[in-house]
Amino acid sequence: MQVLYGRYHVRVYRFALRLVRKEQVAEDLISEVFLDVWRQAGKFEGRSAVSTWLLAITRFKALSALRKKKDAELDDETAAAIEDTSDDPEVAVAKKDTGNALRNCLAKLSQDHREIVDLVYYHEKSVEEVAEIVGIPENTVKTRLFYARKKLAELLKEAGVERGWP
Amino acid sequence: MTANDKKLAEPGKIEALLPWRAAGTLSAEETKRVDAALAKDPALAKQYEVIQDELAETVLLNEDLGAPSTHALEKLFAAIDAEPARDPSRASGPIARLGAFFGGLSPRTLGWSAAAALLALVLQAGIISTTVVKQGSGYQTASSEAPTAGTRLLVGFKSDATLNEITAFLDTNHGSIVSGPSAGMFTVKFGDKTLAAADAEQLIAKVKADKIVTFAAATQ
Repeated sequence: MQVLYGRYHVRVYRFALRLVRKEQVAEDLISEVFLDVWRQAGKFEGRSAVSTWLLAITRFKALSALRKKKDAELDDETAAAIEDTSDDPEVAVAKKDTGNALRNCLAKLSQDHREIVDLVYYHEKSVEEVAEIVGIPENTVKTRLFYARKKLAELLKEAGVERGWP
Repeated sequence: MTANDKKLAEPGKIEALLPWRAAGTLSAEETKRVDAALAKDPALAKQYEVIQDELAETVLLNEDLGAPSTHALEKLFAAIDAEPARDPSRASGPIARLGAFFGGLSPRTLGWSAAAALLALVLQAGIISTTVVKQGSGYQTASSEAPTAGTRLLVGFKSDATLNEITAFLDTNHGSIVSGPSAGMFTVKFGDKTLAAADAEQLIAKVKADKIVTFAAATQ
């Protein structure tokens, strides 16, 4: 268990934190995720990678936590305002820091879009693995990421960043 | 939205795969198809550049989230301690099964040279930083070592960079790889002190200027 934890806890934490946007909630989720792993290890049949299994459990628990705590502090807009201590996209662009503007816009994506961007770009999940984690068809995975990227481009455009796509 | 609008709004088959090409998670056959399309279609190649930026910034954004405190691990093992005792034969099965997966874990499908893959293996051998020892009735967490000083950058290397080139780059710049690859990039520690912002910018510029480097940015 310690090897499993040592290897994956940071990624599980970061995935959870991007979904729930509260550090304490994300930390609590880690313990719950790995406790579930401890309890359900016998059900793991190895059809998918361990990390895919862990991220699927994390997603389920994060969404349950969000459903349970639909109060103001977990509201997307409020949470974004609390968490986002960096420059607004417009300010970042004014400082000619397009990387910072891009990160700000990534943080402003909807939960559906954030999770798919993170799973593909950061957690390095294939189309099939994302479909398994999120529970949607593979074609929907592809189109959802495409729309997430279009939304990102819109946000960047509003912030004054033109990247030549779309 | 008309059917035609919908068609225009949806990605082409190859276009839809570009993010996975950038992340290096396509099959060899799909990679070949995407690369062939990229070589022929400048608009697609332009979009691919945009995607590479998105990927790099997504990695930075996530890396900046930091790591959980050891409290999470202590809480986990306290919860495990509180679990009802299990039949040893039953308990050993799942753990043994999980253990078997470590041997079978496929590393990320790297669009990288064998040299970078070799580095990744070396790193994986030394990367697990958290250990847990059972002492008496409870568990204690212990870090393998305190974080060492130095300036950390997220660095991407060219796909055709050789092991010799990467080693020479690290030697020249007093760098050591801390972790990675993650989304095709490594966290590299430079020197033995944390540089001030202006000096760090100079270091980033120097690293970026190296012929085998494709990306460099500050990270924690």
